[in-house]
Order: sequence, then structure tokens, then C-alpha cells
Amino acid sequence: MELTLWTYEGPPHVGAMRVASSMKDIHYVLHAPQGDTYADLLFTMIERRGQRPPVTYTTFQARDLGGDTAELVKRNITEAVERFKPKTLLVGESCTAELIQDQPGALAKGMGFNIPIVNLELPAYSKKENWGASETFYQIIRTLLKDKVNEIEKINPQRWKSLGRRPKVNILGPTLLGFRCRDDVIEIQRILSEQGIDTNVVAPLGSSPDDITRLTDADINICLYHEIAETSCEWLKRNYGMEYTTTIPIGIKNTINFINEVHEKLDLSLTNKEELEHKSKLPWYSKSIDSNYLTGKRVFIFGDGTHVISAAKIAKEELGFEVVGLGTYSREMARQVRAAAKDLNIEALITNSYLEVEDAMKKASPELVLGTQMERHSAKRLGIPCSVISTPMHVQDVPARYSPQMGWEGANVIFDDWVHPLMMGLEEHLIDMFKHDFEFVDGHQSHLGHTATKGPENKEDEHEPSNESIQKKGNVLWTDSGKAELTKVPFFVRGKVKSNTEKYALSKGLPEISDETLYDAKAYFS
Amino acid sequence: MSKVDFNKETGPREVFCGLTSIVWLHRRMPDAFFLVVGSRTCAHLIQSAAGVMIFAEPRFGTAILEEKDLAGLADAHEELDRVVNDLISRRPEIKTLFLVGSCPSEVIKLDLATVAEKLNTRFLGQVRFVNYSGSGIETTFTQGEDGALKALLPLMESTDDEKLLLVGTIANNVEDRFKKIFNNIGITNVESFPPRQSTELPKIGKNTKVLLTQPYLSDTARDLKHRGCEIIQAPFPLGVEGSTKWVLAAADAFKIPELKVHEVIAPLANRARQALEKHTEILRGKKLFLLPESQLEISIARFLHNECEMELVEVGTPYLNKDLMEQELNLLPDDTKIVEGQHVEKQLDRVRASNPDLVVCGMGLANPLEAEGISTKWSIEMVFSPIHGIDQAADLAELFSRPLRRNQILTSKSLATF
Repeated sequence: MELTLWTYEGPPHVGAMRVASSMKDIHYVLHAPQGDTYADLLFTMIERRGQRPPVTYTTFQARDLGGDTAELVKRNITEAVERFKPKTLLVGESCTAELIQDQPGALAKGMGFNIPIVNLELPAYSKKENWGASETFYQIIRTLLKDKVNEIEKINPQRWKSLGRRPKVNILGPTLLGFRCRDDVIEIQRILSEQGIDTNVVAPLGSSPDDITRLTDADINICLYHEIAETSCEWLKRNYGMEYTTTIPIGIKNTINFINEVHEKLDLSLTNKEELEHKSKLPWYSKSIDSNYLTGKRVFIFGDGTHVISAAKIAKEELGFEVVGLGTYSREMARQVRAAAKDLNIEALITNSYLEVEDAMKKASPELVLGTQMERHSAKRLGIPCSVISTPMHVQDVPARYSPQMGWEGANVIFDDWVHPLMMGLEEHLIDMFKHDFEFVDGHQSHLGHTATKGPENKEDEHEPSNESIQKKGNVLWTDSGKAELTKVPFFVRGKVKSNTEKYALSKGLPEISDETLYDAKAYFS
Repeated sequence: MSKVDFNKETGPREVFCGLTSIVWLHRRMPDAFFLVVGSRTCAHLIQSAAGVMIFAEPRFGTAILEEKDLAGLADAHEELDRVVNDLISRRPEIKTLFLVGSCPSEVIKLDLATVAEKLNTRFLGQVRFVNYSGSGIETTFTQGEDGALKALLPLMESTDDEKLLLVGTIANNVEDRFKKIFNNIGITNVESFPPRQSTELPKIGKNTKVLLTQPYLSDTARDLKHRGCEIIQAPFPLGVEGSTKWVLAAADAFKIPELKVHEVIAPLANRARQALEKHTEILRGKKLFLLPESQLEISIARFLHNECEMELVEVGTPYLNKDLMEQELNLLPDDTKIVEGQHVEKQLDRVRASNPDLVVCGMGLANPLEAEGISTKWSIEMVFSPIHGIDQAADLAELFSRPLRRNQILTSKSLATF
């Protein structure tokens, strides 16, 4: 039993709903009590969908349990098939139905319908949402394509040449309630078409069962989100020989790596290599002298596997930050995230507890947090700027404007989204520095919340520390000359200089800090 | 009784379960913690319905059952023990801990009553434990509050003092207004249940006269009656009419002359009717369809018809207690179609066929109906907003006039000409 005040992922059947709701001509009969219908609002409120998820809840009640819940399941299946006329039917159960073992999938298969039926067995007491989405997508593909396995010969990724057509790929993994999936798909399709590559099918988002049956028309698969599509890509590779890409095109370097990987797999020559680095503004903006202050900014990263691994790479290699924390709630991606953390000489945090994440955040004392909406709230409490990079979804993560994370435009979006909160942080310091000027006498309303300037966490960074705090820190006294010199240090490094000097004085066994000690420490640490 | 048209329907539903009521109960009693014993689904439901992220540490959580807990029951009890210990040591400010049963805990027959009893002995004098079920196989939405209140009754001491007890969670400011009105008409000993602190439970007995503030408290009312309390029959305090009759019923129970009540209420009622007028202008003659969810539907329908002149197409309710609702039903126009239970697909067919001007429904259905061109009001707002009492009548009407007013603004010519 696990005490949970808030969870990053829903149960696995919500993952199944994400896949079903992303698709057309599909219906999901879910053996579940009435309360489980709350999941509809994730789609209709958070994602602002104008359609209900294609889900029928059997709505069994306590009084049904003594009787025949299997009959109830059958009645709901019959009604759903008649009313919605799906081309493929998903049948499964949520946590409570799993306990009463009606086996709705097997029941449905025995009812004589002339449509493919996908029996979803999603263990609610050990698995979570992303796993459920991945499993559902895989089961749909397997159900619709398993009979063709022996009819088709293995797919050679270079067959497009002999077929006399442009290369064709499938884009697999985007779903509703996935982070910026809607726009990522547009961006990736645009990039591929610029390279003369056609999209065969995008799935699950926007696809129908008919589209799934023509997945094998493509030359390779693009695994856009490992959490959702890796299992399916593996199955298609094993059974149809379809190659798939593994690079996630988030950030400039990985977008270029992705384009290279696609070209290599298809044996297509890359003709516009030089152009690629200029497709996004990120490299120049990051090089622009204005961005010098970004150097070595301490950043703490937490979210799903795909987005945190990408974010760490961008932070370190493309923006020149220092990654001081990296973690994920996706157990399925723990191995990859640990490897990425190891490269950065830090230890990955793998947890589903937001309080543990908040503690780690506090300890890492970052200047920027990249996380989920929950880390945004934690960071706000700690007075640290934050940008959201990952699910779980919030209505704010479905912006009206085009706002991908992937590809060239994704890199532009990321530069703005990550750097603006930092600039606000800098602005905060400036305002703090000038707060005694007459323009500010009425008090400045901080957009980081009042904790940013008044919270106990920030006490040590106050620029005019009280005599008490300046004189007594670890038994080191600041002399008047030391104090005077410290006030001359620029505000944005004053806190650092102060603590370094104290550390130095303590290590040398000095009883007090004068102006000279401060310069000794400066020389020592530089 | 007026001749309303009763119907029953069964089938797939689109409603919240009783766990959802934790969302307002925890705000009412800030010294209580609600621990759901359930699945990841339960945790996800509550956080989705409650916007949990705004709390640094919310006063509700879920002990999520895992595979190993399902293997053997003895295990699950020990595990729950461990979770509760952790929680209490982390949150020493908790005075009352509600162990809330869920669908899975009910199905595996986890005996929360026994767990609560043991914990009560261990934490005697520090924390009190009570248990109830908010499971969706037994309760719908607001019925969760009925279960929680019922669970507190055994902790309430007996008294023979005469008092008026208001039962059902209402907003604190509304509660204050009610108390003032009752004081003004001469009822001075007025208490509320649930109280603002879980430890300050009112005493009850044969001279306690209970006035329900919410229509969904059937079990609590029955148990209060068993404790000797008198349940005052009244419509519910929604709108000017309902609130006035509600106060009058209390006055009658305390043998206070009607004239005295009218003296106090008349100026308030006049003021409220004036405030209502601008909403009535928008709502008058408009067709209203209420889908079942909060059990407030019948009272809301009565208010919107009698005071805002809306036409009632269909009034859905998840559950109908004809005794408690008798006075409300009497105030409805003849032939009002009431449907208890739900077959959501058939009901939506009827919504589309009747072409209503406004549909009251759950959040899962609102945007899809809006996308079809049907204006909606989500029912969950009625349990979060202060809507009870005469002073709130216009605010209550505003909940329904706002979507229509917004529609008028957005579809007006000024926009269409662009």
C-alpha cells in the first residue's frame, strides 16, 4: 500500500482511453463503476475536446455484484456496437472490475460480432497510465495486423527506391493528453516533407483501424514517444522487419541527429546538411552575447522519460546550463534516465512522490526548474522560476497557439519558454537592487510570488544582511572593512561570494573576515 | 402533492462517485484528513476533480492498494496501519481521520470499521478515526457527504437542550447569514453539522430540531431521527421561495409566529427579488434540461421554474428520496418529468431531440454539448459556490444566466460582422 497525495500518472485504463480517444471508428467498453466516468473530463476539460471519449462504462453497482454482472457487460457491449458502429471494439476493465473477474474481453469475443475485438488486460494494481497507453496501442496493432504477418515479406527500409516512389514513414506515439503532441506531429511532418519524405500514417492520434492495417505500407517507423510507441515499433520490427528511429527530435542537435537517422535508415542522401543549423533561432540566440548570463545556470529537471532526457541534453549542450538534478516518474524509462544522469555525473531521481521531488529540488538549489505542473507549484513555493516540459497535462499545456517541443520551431519555443522565466528572475534581482528608488516606494508585486523576495529560503541572499547574520556565520566574524567590501560586490554574486569567503575563512581557521580575507578567498576560488 | 411524472432509468451513467464530496468536506473541517483506501483510479479521480496541485500538502490522500495487498487480507490491514502511522507522524495537526472506503476496498471486503476501532484505541486522545464508504458502487457524488456525516453521529454526545441544528455543508459566510436570520426571528441556539472544526461536534437529542440544508442527506437524517431528533419537513434553502419556506418551517417548529418571520424576511426577500430580476429577464421562457448528478436538481429546477420562469424539459436525479423531497415535489409544476437514474446515451438523445436552451450536466459532458451548440452549466459548481439562502438567490440564478449571456455576447452581430 502506498500513500499518495497526488500522482503523476493515472491508472492504466486512462492510458487506454488516451489511445481510444485519439482514434476514429473505435469504441471502448470499459467494465467499471460510475465514478470512473470522471476520466471523460480529462479530455473534455483539459484538452477542451468537443467530443466525448468513445467509452461506454458498464456502471455496475453493489446490488449487481450478487447477480450477473456478466450479463450487464454483454448488454453494454451490444448497445455500444449498435449505437456507435465501431470498426474495432476495445473491451477492458478498470481496477474494481479486475477484482470481480468477469473477463469482459473473452465475453465480447464470444458474442459473434463481425468486427475485430481487442481484449485489453491492463493490471490496475501494478501498472500505470503510460504503460496502459503503450499496451493498448500495441494490442490494437497486433490484433489488426497479426494475420497479415505471413502474407507480406519483410519490409526493406530502402524498398521505396525499387518501388519508384518517395520514401514513406509512419509517425507513432502521439496521443491526446500527451505533451504538445498535436503540434509536434505537424512540425515533424513538415521537416520530413522538406526532405522529400512522405507520411504514411500518424497513429494513434487521428488514425482509424483502417489506417492501422496500412501501417505496413511505410518503409520505416518513427518512434516519436518511447513511452507510448516503443513496444509497437518493436513488434512491427520483429514481425514485419520494419526499422524504426530512436532519436527524439527535441533540441537542435537531436533534431539533426533524427534527420540523419531517418536518412541513414532509408538510405537517402542528405542534401541540405549546412542549412539545418540555421533552421531554428535557438543556436544564434544562445550564442548572442545577451545569453552570456545563462552560462552555468543551475537547472533541475523532472518529468516523463522522453522529455527529461531531451531537456538535459539541450540544457547542457545547447544553452550552457549546469544540470544539477534529473529525474522521472516513468519507471519504464528509469534505465535511460539513469544513464543520462550518469553522463552528467549526477544521480537520477526515480520516484512517483512529488514531495520527494520537492525535497530534491530544495537540496539542489537550482536557478531554474524544468518539470511538470506539480514542479511548477513546488518551485513557486521555493521562489524558483520554472518552465513546464512534461505531462501530466494541465489546461495550460494545451495552448491555442502553435507550440511544439520538437523540431526547429520546438527549439524556438523551448528557448523562449526556458529563458523568459530566468530573465524574469534577473529582473527580480534588478528590481530588488533598485527597490529603494522612489519609483518602487509602493512596493513591487513579484510575479514569482511573495516567497521569492520574502521567504525564509531567501534570507541568506538578502543584499543588506542584518548585523547579526553578517557577523556570525559558523563562528566567523565579519569586520567592518570586510562588510564594507562585501557590499561593493555586485548583487547577483554577493551571496555566493559571502558563502565562499566564509567557507574559506573556516577552512583556514581564521576568526574574522576583513577586506583582505575576502580577496584572499576570491583568489583561492578563482 | 402535485402530479409530477416519475420515471426510472438504468444504464451507463456519467456521474461522479461519493469520493468527490471530500473536495468540499475537507475545506469545511480543516483539522480533518480524508484517507481513501482505494486504487490509483481513486487518487486520480480526486486530484482531477479537486485541482489538488494548489495545495502544498492536501488534507486528503489515497492509500493505493497494490498487488501484494490483494493477495491476503491480513496484509492489507497491516499495510493500512503502516500508512496511517506514517501519515499521523507527518501531520500531527490532524484531529479526525476519515478512512474512506472505495469500490475496490468494498469488493475485497476490507473491514475499515475494525481498522478504525483498533486505531481509535491506539491513538486515544490524539486522533479520532471514523470510516464510511464513498464507493461508486454504492454512492453518487454528494451521497459521500451523507456517509461522512452519518459516520460522525456516534461520536456526538446527547443533550436535552433545545436547539436548531443545521445539517449539511454550506459555505461559512452563508452559515453566518442563516444564524443571524434565525437569531433575528428569535431562535438563538443554532448549531451546524458538520462543524468548522471536526472536534467541535454538536450534541444532539430529543429537543434537537434538525433543518437540512442539503437534499442529499437521507441516511444522516434517518440516524438523527433514531437519536430522537425531530427532522423539520421543508423545501431546501435555494432561492427566495425555498429559503423563506425553509426558515418558516423552522419557525413553526419553534412556535414562532409567521408574522415575526415575515417581518425579518420581507426586506431581504424584496432585495433578493430585485437582484433576481435581471437574471430572470435572460432565463424567462428558456428550456432547461437537468442531467442527474448532485441531487440538487429538483430544488434547482423548482427555483429556476418558480422564480426565474424557465420551462422544465426534464429533471434528472441520481436518486430520489420521496419523503425528504416531498415539499420540493409539491412546489414543482404539474407534469414535471422527473427521471431517477440514468442511461446517459438515451438521455443525451432526449437532450438533442428537445433542443433545450440550457443543460445542467457534469464536466465530462459540457464541452461536447457546447460543441453541438447547446449551452451548458456544470453541476459541480453548485457544490463549490455559496448558493444557499435568500441573499444568494441572485448568485444562484447568475450561474445559469451567465452561459446564456455569454452566448448572446459571442454570437451578437458585432462579432459576426468580422
